[in-house]
Amino acid sequence: MVGIVTYGAYIPRYRIRIGEIARVWGANADDISGGLGVFEKSVPDLDEDTITISVEAARNALQRRKIDPDGIGAIYVGSESHPYAVKPTACTVGEAVGATPVMTAADYEFACKAGTAAVQTCMGLVKSGMIRYGMAIGADVAQGAPGDALEYTAAAGGAAFVIGNDDPIAVINHTCSFTTDTPDFWRREGQSFPRHGGRFTGDPGYFKHVLGAARMMFDQVGTVPSDYDYAVFHQPNAKFPQRVAGMLGFSREQLAPGLVVPTLGNTYSGASLVGLAATLDQAKPGDRIFVTSFGSGAGSDAFDIEVTDAITSDLFTPGAAPTVTELLSDPIYLDYALYAKHKGKIVMQ
Amino acid sequence: MSVARFWRKQPQRYNLIGTSCETCGRAFFPPRSFCPECRRDGKIVDHAFAGTGHVVTFTIIRTASEAFEHLTPYVLAIVELDEGARLTSQIVCTIDEVSIGMRVKNVFRKLGSDGESGPLYYGTKFIPVK
Ligand SMILES: [Zn+2]
Repeated sequence: MVGIVTYGAYIPRYRIRIGEIARVWGANADDISGGLGVFEKSVPDLDEDTITISVEAARNALQRRKIDPDGIGAIYVGSESHPYAVKPTACTVGEAVGATPVMTAADYEFACKAGTAAVQTCMGLVKSGMIRYGMAIGADVAQGAPGDALEYTAAAGGAAFVIGNDDPIAVINHTCSFTTDTPDFWRREGQSFPRHGGRFTGDPGYFKHVLGAARMMFDQVGTVPSDYDYAVFHQPNAKFPQRVAGMLGFSREQLAPGLVVPTLGNTYSGASLVGLAATLDQAKPGDRIFVTSFGSGAGSDAFDIEVTDAITSDLFTPGAAPTVTELLSDPIYLDYALYAKHKGKIVMQ
Repeated sequence: MSVARFWRKQPQRYNLIGTSCETCGRAFFPPRSFCPECRRDGKIVDHAFAGTGHVVTFTIIRTASEAFEHLTPYVLAIVELDEGARLTSQIVCTIDEVSIGMRVKNVFRKLGSDGESGPLYYGTKFIPVK
């Protein structure tokens, strides 16, 4: 059955504390961190971007399992910060993991859910027999304008999933999506920073779509929240996924392993996939994982995933690449001035 | 650097593809098409370096050319790969972290860009092995 053959994540080493950003803008750090449930966020190094993060995540996935790179027939990278407007991130990833030239590739964009859309595409190509393995990546160096609310959470990171039929470490039992045309968040071509529709970001955006896709999954598969060991939701902050989990009937314990946003921030297209990677890092055979992403604009993709015995077999070496917890450890903290340099927010002459 | 010249070096820069001599086992990076030891008896084949090695020596760059000014201060080192070849590379770490003999491994980073609208160049740098 189609599923996850291997996976890997990548998070840059730099962090900034939310309190440091609040200090610069004269805001109350405790109010902001308390309101968002986010305390620090990752910051890319000066030479890191969505391409380098995607390559590192992809290589981490391939370290854990020896699959022939020539068997990778498709690479899709979901991001809202592809370094080029025209020239695919996916081609550089393909070259850097040795999968070129016999492969198809494209970059995806659907706000924060482009990575899960890539997973769905790979599932379809694998199931139809068009490819043996497909690689789906969600990665971002998220943008938030200085002083904007998004600046407190916009972070950098990503995760790569190899989808295939051969002894998957986790089977994807089912996927379904809920999509509408909603003006909750956007970035026009040529603009550096996204804008958001204020009150649109909550109920008509995140909650309507996550609940829509999640309930569709329960209906189609005939499950209830207690059938799952873990749940992962898109995490623009800690409050939204906690609230939506509560509304659906998931417990804090089910949510805990995949809720990485308090110390990582919002990695946009990477967010739900890094959460899934963190959950798989500690999952055991038989564990069932519920995943629902969200992308503004707007839509949600839901997945019902079941971990197999292959995760503990000698086909798979989890220790060959760092876990999400390991990637989050040993950070280097930046002050706002260095952070601005890292994010290119000041123009260097 | 021209677009074409960088593109030709992508296998080297992305994946540390060099060459080795099957006759004597020496590995070469950048790739050589002729073994100086075995000469006509040498048989040269492509070799993908593992990406692990150690710092032979290093310097801290505090004043750089315009293209690298934003990175200062940064560590530039001669790295000896475990297979034997040596190359010059930036070590991505704080300037107090680096030392002679330090174990390093390859990472994929942006090497530079051709102005605001030209191509972006990617390739290999090294980080300390924890
Ligand atoms: Zn020789």
